[in-house]
Amino acid sequence: MIQSIDYWAIAAPLILALTSGLVLVLDVFLPNRAGASRTVLGLVSLVGVLAALGVVVAQAVRGDELRTFCVPGDAASCSFVMDSFTEIFAGLTLVAGAVVVLLSMAELAGGRIPVGEWYFLLLATLTGAVLLPAARDLVMLVVALELVSLPVFALTALRRYDGRASEASLKLFVVSVVSTAVMLFGVSLLYGMTGAVHLDRLAAALRPTYSSSSTSYGGSAMLVQQAESTGAVLHNGSAVVTVGVVLVVAGFAFKVAAVPFHFWAGDVYEGAPVPVAALLSVISKAAGFAGLILVLSRALFSEAATWTPLVAIIAALTMTVGNVLALRQRHAVRMLAWSSVAQSGYILAPLAVHMDVVALMNAMIGPAAVSSPEAAPAETGSAASVISKSQAIELSGDFGMPWAVNASIAYLVFYAAMNLLAFAVVMLISRRHARNQLDDYRGLAYRSPRAAISLAFALICLAGLPPGLAGLFAKVVVFREIVAGGLGWLAIVMAVNTVIGLYYYLAWTARLFTPAPAGESRTVTEERGRTPVIIAIGAALLLTVAFSVVPQLVLGTLA
Amino acid sequence: MVVLVALPLVGAAGLMAPAFAGRVPRGYGLAVSGATLAVAVVLLAGFDYSAPERMQFETDVPWIPGLDLRFHLGLDGISLPLIVLTALLSFLCFGYLAGRSSQGGIRLEALRPRALVFTLLVLEFGMIGTFVALDLLLFFVFFEVVLIPMYFVIAIWGGTQRRAAAIKFILYTLLGSAVLLLGLLLIWSQTGTLDMVALAQSHPMSRATQIIAFIAIGLGLAVKTPMWPLHTWLPDAHTEAPTVGSVLLAGVLLKMGTYGFARIAIPILPEGAATIAPWLGAFAVVGIVYGALACLAQQDLKRMIAYSSVGHMGFILLGFATLTPVGINAALFGNVAHGLITGLLFFIAGAIKERYGTADMTRLGGGMLGRLPYVGSLLTFACIASLGLPGLAGFWGEMLALQGAFQPAAILSRPLFLVFMTIGGLGAVLTAAYFLLMLSRITHGHPGTTPPGPPVETAEGIPGLTEPVAAGTATAEDPLLLSTANVVRGEATGEEPFVDALVPSPMDDTLGQSAALARRNAAGDESSDLIRESDSAAGPKHPATTPQTAAGLEDPATAPQLTDVMPSELAAWVPLVVLTVLFGLWPSALLGLTDPVVQSLLGAP
Repeated sequence: MIQSIDYWAIAAPLILALTSGLVLVLDVFLPNRAGASRTVLGLVSLVGVLAALGVVVAQAVRGDELRTFCVPGDAASCSFVMDSFTEIFAGLTLVAGAVVVLLSMAELAGGRIPVGEWYFLLLATLTGAVLLPAARDLVMLVVALELVSLPVFALTALRRYDGRASEASLKLFVVSVVSTAVMLFGVSLLYGMTGAVHLDRLAAALRPTYSSSSTSYGGSAMLVQQAESTGAVLHNGSAVVTVGVVLVVAGFAFKVAAVPFHFWAGDVYEGAPVPVAALLSVISKAAGFAGLILVLSRALFSEAATWTPLVAIIAALTMTVGNVLALRQRHAVRMLAWSSVAQSGYILAPLAVHMDVVALMNAMIGPAAVSSPEAAPAETGSAASVISKSQAIELSGDFGMPWAVNASIAYLVFYAAMNLLAFAVVMLISRRHARNQLDDYRGLAYRSPRAAISLAFALICLAGLPPGLAGLFAKVVVFREIVAGGLGWLAIVMAVNTVIGLYYYLAWTARLFTPAPAGESRTVTEERGRTPVIIAIGAALLLTVAFSVVPQLVLGTLA
Repeated sequence: MVVLVALPLVGAAGLMAPAFAGRVPRGYGLAVSGATLAVAVVLLAGFDYSAPERMQFETDVPWIPGLDLRFHLGLDGISLPLIVLTALLSFLCFGYLAGRSSQGGIRLEALRPRALVFTLLVLEFGMIGTFVALDLLLFFVFFEVVLIPMYFVIAIWGGTQRRAAAIKFILYTLLGSAVLLLGLLLIWSQTGTLDMVALAQSHPMSRATQIIAFIAIGLGLAVKTPMWPLHTWLPDAHTEAPTVGSVLLAGVLLKMGTYGFARIAIPILPEGAATIAPWLGAFAVVGIVYGALACLAQQDLKRMIAYSSVGHMGFILLGFATLTPVGINAALFGNVAHGLITGLLFFIAGAIKERYGTADMTRLGGGMLGRLPYVGSLLTFACIASLGLPGLAGFWGEMLALQGAFQPAAILSRPLFLVFMTIGGLGAVLTAAYFLLMLSRITHGHPGTTPPGPPVETAEGIPGLTEPVAAGTATAEDPLLLSTANVVRGEATGEEPFVDALVPSPMDDTLGQSAALARRNAAGDESSDLIRESDSAAGPKHPATTPQTAAGLEDPATAPQLTDVMPSELAAWVPLVVLTVLFGLWPSALLGLTDPVVQSLLGAP
């Protein structure tokens, strides 16, 4: 059986994979003059990332949906799909990737880290992160997710002379392997129950229990009522599927550092080199969310009742724990680590709403369903009347992503820009202050005002206050979906968390503007490799400011 | 209209230009805020007074379609006075600062005047924007814009406890705004629109939803206002903020909360308002009495004025709670009056704090009228206006609010509001009591019975930002000399109310006159001016010790004096005095503007 491959569709990951190979080869054959080869390898990687970005942008501009690796005879089930969802995530990953490559140039300027290996691993991670949102079957998802994770262990450990890096790497490895095992178990359970690996087939396989009762809802009202009394209306009734769903969610929760699987974040971020921390907090996290959204909204939406409350509780816990832990941190990267855990909670929150909308749609099957105003889901508009389950599924299928999922993605995009900006400035400062304590930032506004203003802007964005409008609008989008979805308690938890978060972001911002204690000159002037960092800061700043002034850039793409 | 909003922002952005990097932009903020004030005055002149209930100068441009957010601005009779008040107070603050820096003149860059001007301009941008926004989300955005600048104003230029006060301020208000946002989004999710005008005309929401939304929005606004149990951030913030910060905080920021009630909570959610109004009234009345009692117990002058704000805001909220045209008009009037009077009070309190180095009333001692006749008499005037003397602006707000409570809206329980009215009246008496007590402790009595203490270590007290504290102990003074000095100044004291009361003519005119007056006054005090200069040259870090002895040794004939009103201060204060008297004598100037709007807001079905 010969499959035809659409090479244009897979161009972006292909370019990245080839570049990673090229970098490895170049590293061997380039003359052994350290400085020059470092620069060349960095530039080659950067060009590769930008080329892949160009391809993704071209695909997005042409706007057609590309499918490949399809099951012969059935065009509906493809393993690789390049649609708007994929393009957004791929674009986000590649822009972030370019910034991380720029930061790496500075990190590698020290000359103690093997250059070829670094860029190879980095590009391999990026390949996985671009592949993952395009994956439409469980096997491909797992493989792509591993491709994102595995090189990161090595990247973390590449600072071989640093004991903390090795420790961080080991922690990350153990946690990640456990999470993969958990997820694989869940995936195998789902496969065992349905016999399908493609997401759309999985969804179809999980559906029948309802459609038998709901396709002729006029006559089978009794049946539905019976099913409802046994609690079988809202989920499939099979405990094995439920366990599978929970395990898959847990596996992804590890990847996005959601509570209760968050413990690794602080140590790993602190121990890893700053560019790797940035990579973990943006690219790796985006990949995790892409997978989570794909699995939940494309394959398991009929199981919404199982994971709606689960995700809501995880979201609430994640934001609270992340924020509370961040309050007491004195190390810059560590604080960003916990803050990014908290931000994961904000990103998760609308997913819980999405489930709620679907669950409410499910609830409408029953004749006793009450059509309260909250229950009217956004995409059905005025359809407050009884909707059958199969209709709901069709709607979900037609619209691809419900609005609530869009809120998550929008938040993720805004968050990526703000967080990258923060990490880029931290990278700049960490070159002067090796310990990278928050107190090292005192008086930064006087020493390097531009860096200070950039960092202040990023932090205020993360806190979600004007003038950081990007963060504000991101929060508004999320709040809007939660309130519209009727999850009042989650909205209040999130409101309180916003206030907690503000405290530590603001405390850091205020440090920037307070004069440094006199007589301290621990500054190690290591000026090599400043230029790429400054370019990276500029790029991230440009993006964040653009998102602040014209958030429509993101919201319009999603709508 | 857009110009009005954009001007401070453009001004602030212009300040980032590298051209200003090294130089001190003296007068820059004054120019920008002056231009803003000019635009506001143009709007004031161009406003169609025949139809104040109609939105005028509207701008409506889609900004973020993905969020339904429109850049929708407009002015009506409610927002117009507040806009002018904001522009005026900002301008006066800049005038005050510019006057100080030209006199203090030392090491300005050390205190970052550029940053201060920048923050204040952003603050002005947010405040004006809040009052003209007609889109719920846009309102929220502007509402938030002020937080960060105000935080920095308190945290950088404030007093000793500034860090804690600033954090408390911002966390408290942010919690309020988060709840406010939830309420606004609830409205949005129920109605599908964010347009305030459209929402105020039709009320499609169910009663239960309206109540929930009103509670959320009301809580958010009540933190800002502040309403009684949520007020605890206010005294700290006011006590620690620098003078301009206090003035803007009391004069404008608090108004954003009450404006929200008038613009969003009551018109858009009438049923919610009707249900919650008794609670609002109860909290308001508690606030009045609590504020007054707290004032009686205060030692710190600024803290006392802050608590008096809680009381005044209680009257304003009581006015809103009645849901009658009379009450809401009273609230809107009280809003503006409070902005003028409390702004003036904080200006004066700041001036006193600079001179004596403390705002602690026992350490201030008595006899200010003797020692600083101008400052003392202005303080007396402001206090009397604030306690609601008929004929001054403070009176109408309180009186009409109580009158509204006498006859509340038909859906509300009349006996309950009669009780509120009685308690509120009691509160008014208490207000008079603490202000008079304060006056008797500070302005009257013998000067110099208690020596003023050493200057407080504040950012404000560091040389450069402020006039060096010319603190000298009056005990060392020759009583004869003091009395002659009083005579010299006494001539002018008589003139001032005269000028104020009889020339409510165009403002510039009055400004010119008062400046001339002040100049004359300053010329009369040449000798003390000289002393002041020598003080400032001598190293004003701890002026209480060295300059005193130096001056005493050098020239025993001119014992150290506290400087009375300076021209820059007078220029900043006189317009407030004039407007207070003007609105006190002619309240219909303001009520005529607000009344049609209130009628149409309440009259709409």
